[in-house]
Amino acid sequence: MELYEWPAHRIHRGLVTGEVSAREVALATLDRIGQVESSVGAYLHLRPREDVLADADAVDAALRRGESLAAFGGVPVAIKDNMCCRLLPTTCASRILEGFHPPYDATAVTRLQGQRAVLLGNTNMDEFAMGSSTEHSAGGVTRNPWDLGRVPGGSSGGSAAAVAAGEAVVALGSDTGGSVRQPAAFCGVVGLKPTYGRVSRFGLVAFASSLDQIGPFGRDVRDVALLLGAVAGHDPADATSRPAEVPDFEAALVPDCRGLRLGVPREFLAAGVSPEVRAAIAAAVDLLVELGAEVQECSLPTVPYALDAYYVIAPAEASSNLARFEGVRFGRRAQGTSDYVEMFRRSRGEGFGPEVRRRIMLGTYALSAGYYDQYYGKAQQVRTLICREFEEALSGYAALVTPTAPSVAFGFAEKMDDPLQMYASDVCTVPINLAGLPAVSLPCGFSNGLPIGLQFIGRAFDEETILRLAYAYEQAADLRHRRPPIVAPRG
Amino acid sequence: MSVGTVEQRYETVVGLEVHVELATRSKMFCSCPTDFGAPPNTQVCPVCLGLPGALPVPNARAIEYALRAALALGCEIDRECRWDRKNYHYPDLPKGYQITQYARPLARHGTLRYAGGDGERSVRIRRLHMEEDTGKSTHEGMPGGTTGVDLNRAGVPLIEIVSEPDIRGPEDARLYLQSLRTVLLYTRVSDVKMEEGSLRCDANVSLRPVGTQAYGALVEVKNMNSFRSVQRALEYEVHRQAAALDAGERIVRETRHWDEKRGVTFPSRSKEEAHDYRYFPEPDLGPCALTEAYVEQVRASLPEAPGARQARYERLGLPAHDAGVLVADPALALYFDRMLAGGAAPREGASLLTVELLGRLNALGVTVGESGCRVQPEQLAALQELVASGVISGKIAKDVLDEMVAGGADPQAVVARRGLQQISDDGAIVDAVRSAIAVNPQSVADFRAGKKQALGFLVGQVMKATKGKANPAKVNEILARELG
Repeated sequence: MELYEWPAHRIHRGLVTGEVSAREVALATLDRIGQVESSVGAYLHLRPREDVLADADAVDAALRRGESLAAFGGVPVAIKDNMCCRLLPTTCASRILEGFHPPYDATAVTRLQGQRAVLLGNTNMDEFAMGSSTEHSAGGVTRNPWDLGRVPGGSSGGSAAAVAAGEAVVALGSDTGGSVRQPAAFCGVVGLKPTYGRVSRFGLVAFASSLDQIGPFGRDVRDVALLLGAVAGHDPADATSRPAEVPDFEAALVPDCRGLRLGVPREFLAAGVSPEVRAAIAAAVDLLVELGAEVQECSLPTVPYALDAYYVIAPAEASSNLARFEGVRFGRRAQGTSDYVEMFRRSRGEGFGPEVRRRIMLGTYALSAGYYDQYYGKAQQVRTLICREFEEALSGYAALVTPTAPSVAFGFAEKMDDPLQMYASDVCTVPINLAGLPAVSLPCGFSNGLPIGLQFIGRAFDEETILRLAYAYEQAADLRHRRPPIVAPRG
Repeated sequence: MSVGTVEQRYETVVGLEVHVELATRSKMFCSCPTDFGAPPNTQVCPVCLGLPGALPVPNARAIEYALRAALALGCEIDRECRWDRKNYHYPDLPKGYQITQYARPLARHGTLRYAGGDGERSVRIRRLHMEEDTGKSTHEGMPGGTTGVDLNRAGVPLIEIVSEPDIRGPEDARLYLQSLRTVLLYTRVSDVKMEEGSLRCDANVSLRPVGTQAYGALVEVKNMNSFRSVQRALEYEVHRQAAALDAGERIVRETRHWDEKRGVTFPSRSKEEAHDYRYFPEPDLGPCALTEAYVEQVRASLPEAPGARQARYERLGLPAHDAGVLVADPALALYFDRMLAGGAAPREGASLLTVELLGRLNALGVTVGESGCRVQPEQLAALQELVASGVISGKIAKDVLDEMVAGGADPQAVVARRGLQQISDDGAIVDAVRSAIAVNPQSVADFRAGKKQALGFLVGQVMKATKGKANPAKVNEILARELG
């Protein structure tokens, strides 16, 4: 295994034993970025090489002084471009935040820096995290490392592609309706959406506040468990972060499923899920049974309405969250305007891309007087029902097993002209955000060389069980050493 | 022609919406200071600037203050009250929404009782909720045509207190507002100064023919910056609406601005009324979750309410007016309570405080409870006792008080140092009386001829000779005996 392919836990061991230096690790990743970034396009902003190496040297110096090393000390990491970081511009892949340098850091970023992680840069995404392919970005194209003619998924497509391509060891993304899990599935890596309230949202530029969570990407389950542990925990700066104790997630990684009852909700395998995904999930279920799990089919009858409810609630919150972007206090301001209203309108009109504008309009409409009860109110009722159904199902099952996405990665421009088609690619992930539950996606097979994602959904604040399931499956299925054959872009 | 006065023909129905800035040290959702008058945009942080990714965290002290106000107004508390977003665009509103409480306010169903023009008044409080203040837009001192935005005030905690339409006229509105101010002063949650904007009031006014129940079309009046302007604006509005109704016109439901200089209200631009605030639950904040024990603890910590205090002072023998003067100012009332604890007689003590001490402090531009006031309530009580026990006369007491106000000295020390003890020794007074009789034969003759006022002149001469220290009662008694 090349050094740039090492998982974080392997790097940690190598650093502690003196087998490698942090500088060597950083150089390996920087070289890898140099080789493949022009093909993949995972990053929006990379830090200067000398700054990255200086951070790595500081870790080596600390080791020489005999200081102890945290799990991500000296590990090259990437963050999504919607997490405030003083070291980088934070733009949410939007023109409206062009040149915005936050004066403060997101709590998750602070925690990683507190471990002396080596920050490489921030990654491409759909503008304001609104999208499922990373095509809605003002910052350029990110390509799927498994097939450069296909999308990496989204909205955290840059983070997923960076980890898959070896351009970062681990990365943070954010998941509002599947934006960590779906790109993880498309790029063949592990991605986890924590329970709502597990990771602080402070400094994460809000898309839909009641749904957003920061989540980890890694090339194996252990790295994801470790990264979750590094960023999780109560934050007094986020009133929705829960003061729940953070367990040792790594300790939960047991390579069997004995004694675990799992449910397979049939609604997640309904029409629209491709035959190859269905077949891969069926095979995965067989393997879980071999590993000692008891698996039953179950039903969550309101889940088919989840996508509709989500596309009312998320845009409603977004329409309010994005009101602050008007080019007055930060970001890009339209030039040559003569009054406030014109400046405001033009700054927003020029700054936001079409998908963001569409969702602002959808959300504004859904909250309008006379429509509120019909749309927002009704969607909240659906959300309540979905929460209740998940709670009931999870009182009988330790976790639920579903596909992460209804298909493998699709081609560029395939769904850009049909927003409803694009929205449907979140059908398996959105219900979990509405319920606020944790879920993890990991590779469970390939179709024509493209990864398929398996999703485990757990009880609130029980990431341990889904991590254990993912780990047991990963060890048994032994797919994790398959690496994408990045080839030069065609034409 | 219409018969009778406006008041005889129409009943005025008023509801007041009052915003009160809470006197917390930090803002509602961040730790920025709230000091008034700092240079623009110096008391700001990512949260109150509405920077991307910043999140609100409720200020527990602000919630406590709002709760104190709600309990002082006898409200029912919603211990699971919620936060909502009120969405609108304005340059001084950094997030594009205000965090407020809409569907589940902190408190409802309160009552404010106060002395009205013709007897006890009772106005129901519909709701009391918490919210954050906006920044300020300013054109002053800005280069031509530009607008400056100062966000120091953005995020300062406010409560909004909405009355039911129980207020029955312009004067009643002023009395309600003044009484509300007093109640809030006692809770110590705000300095409630209308001039500085820590108390702001909008009024909803309508008229209906006397004897009818249906409400007339509602007019909202804004921009009233003093208690007096509330009354004046409403008086103007009542007469404007009455004249329109008399002329057979319909009252338009609208928002009007009060112009203090011209003494009129005028319609605001209708654009402001076309708002659809798109309220929805604030997803960044959970419910408040106040425990019953906490609410009761705050309730128990409230000071005696103004109404109860008034009644107590009257029971102590104070005339209603004097008691009212003390109660209207919590600092004065607390000072007076400390005087009572220090042994002062209620009536005499109240007079010494409100007439003598306040008169002297006014001249210095300070009031009780401020560091400029160097007389402690216990010292003032001691001064009153010196008069009551006959050690000094009331007249000497004023001189002693002058020195106490100037130097903060104890009254006993001043009296002792300057030898101001009253002369009650008969021998000394007899000498002075005899000497006065000897040098004023005409006055003696006048007195004997039946002119009673001549006695006063002789008393004055004795007081003069004793530098005011002779006990006046003794002087009268001995003078009568010597002349008799």
